[in-house]
Amino acid sequence: MSRPPPAIPVAEVRFGERLSRRGQWLRAAWTSGPAVLWLTLFLLLPLAGIGVISFLSRGDDGELLRPFTTENYRRLAGFGLLGFDPLYPVILLRSLLLGAGTAAVCVLAALPLAFFIARLPGRWKNFALTLVVIPFWTNLLIRTYAWQILLAPESFLSVLARRLGLLAADGALYPGLFAVAVGMACDFLPFLVLPLYTSVEKLDWTLAEAAADLGANRWQVFRHALLPQIRPGLTAGLILVFLPATGQFVIPDLLGGAKTAMLGNVIQQQFGQSRDWPFGSALAVTALALVLAGLWVNARRAGNRAPEAWL
Amino acid sequence: MNRSRLLMPAALALYAFLYAPIAVVIVFSFNAATHGAGWTGFTTAWYAKLFANEAALQAGKNTLWLALASTAIATVLGTLLGYGLSRYRFPGQRAFAQLLQVPVFIPDIVLAVALLLFFSTLREHLTFFAPGLLTMVLAHVTFQIPFVAIVVRARLAGLDPALEEAARDLGASAAQTFWRVTFPLLLPGVIAGAMLAFTLSLDDFVVSFFTSGPGSTTLPILIYSSVKRGLTPEINALSTLIVLASVLGTVTVLFFQRVRRGG
Repeated sequence: MSRPPPAIPVAEVRFGERLSRRGQWLRAAWTSGPAVLWLTLFLLLPLAGIGVISFLSRGDDGELLRPFTTENYRRLAGFGLLGFDPLYPVILLRSLLLGAGTAAVCVLAALPLAFFIARLPGRWKNFALTLVVIPFWTNLLIRTYAWQILLAPESFLSVLARRLGLLAADGALYPGLFAVAVGMACDFLPFLVLPLYTSVEKLDWTLAEAAADLGANRWQVFRHALLPQIRPGLTAGLILVFLPATGQFVIPDLLGGAKTAMLGNVIQQQFGQSRDWPFGSALAVTALALVLAGLWVNARRAGNRAPEAWL
Repeated sequence: MNRSRLLMPAALALYAFLYAPIAVVIVFSFNAATHGAGWTGFTTAWYAKLFANEAALQAGKNTLWLALASTAIATVLGTLLGYGLSRYRFPGQRAFAQLLQVPVFIPDIVLAVALLLFFSTLREHLTFFAPGLLTMVLAHVTFQIPFVAIVVRARLAGLDPALEEAARDLGASAAQTFWRVTFPLLLPGVIAGAMLAFTLSLDDFVVSFFTSGPGSTTLPILIYSSVKRGLTPEINALSTLIVLASVLGTVTVLFFQRVRRGG
């Protein structure tokens, strides 16, 4: 048994520079330091703050009161002062379902679009991609309220839906769950097309040809030869849609009614009319926990660097 | 190729879906009708009215000022962070790189209410944090830094370390190497990051809404409150101008990215 040689404090050579450990720290301090300080102050501290406040309770004038209590989380889980009340669990579930539904619809829509763009000849490809990116950069509020006009009771689409018997005679597509779903799909579609396109462009089509030669039908070719190759892009895109969609506030607020309130809307309510900051904080902490859980699952899957992949 | 032909109608329908809201806003900004979905004639009156609207002009000024100030700060801090994270190690560096993803993914409203509570708590001791453009700049920089840092890091990861090593071998000092070799190579990433940050600030509604004060209304806040009160054609005119600006912005960013890829 030979002992490992004693560690000699050798300065590392990186990027043509030799820096002692102290030198490294000094450089790190003045490069990363300011931003680390900023984010600690204005991101970590406020997030920790709502964590603490979520365990306080609300006074009659909306002031924050001690002692510490888990009351807010109990209320969120449905165990209020007056027995079981499913209001908040239902809202939570609705947010998750709407987030998942949006992600599913966006996948179904983004797949053909990504394949279409990837198979276009060079110059058209850039043009088609630019057309996807433009709505992505266009203000969400504008694209959302526009659906109020497009789906209003007297709009062409609502009239058509009534003629076809899809709507009651006095029905309208807006406001309601349908309008929220349309607004969400429209907003999040580019988020999925971009990472999916990156995967589709790198596809090895010889695998699809081989599968077809070996007698696979179209679905089998897609399922076994193509899908495994685009899975990284698909997962990155799904997370990119599901997580922010769950906490969306503007779209349900502008396109839905009282019956389509989501997590984001109830959070806003607690900081607006209700002025119940501790309960609002508990709701926000829940939304945050959801995202962190999602990111954690994502990070555990090897080889995925979601944000860098598409930015 | 026949599969492409099948994909074409689906793709066209999806483009129509993406552009229908944008188109309807532009069309209605020229519609003479004050209410309703009917077309009653062409007019540019709403644009004239918009440019005479003091509140809208002030909101436009606030929006630009906020975006410029926050982007300037976030670009400097984010670039330094992106550079520092990929070049120099410090305790907790890994965890911090992970933390950078959080603002990218958290619902805006979570950051918004966290900052609202944070500023109002500070306000009890320091009047400095009165809600207004200052608190909004602090808030915007917070969500901009990670995006700038991520873009700059990605750019750095694609650089050949041999270039800097060669510069040092040929006798350049650390500062010379940075300013003559590293920084010029990094610049397209810095510009792309700054443009991303600028757009994010211009577009932001939720965080602005929760950190703004009486005199610091921005265009997105103005649009939101108008929509809540009931749409006016003037808002369509305003939105059309914003859409035009976004199209120009997007094309410029893509141009820089192409330069980046090419050079």
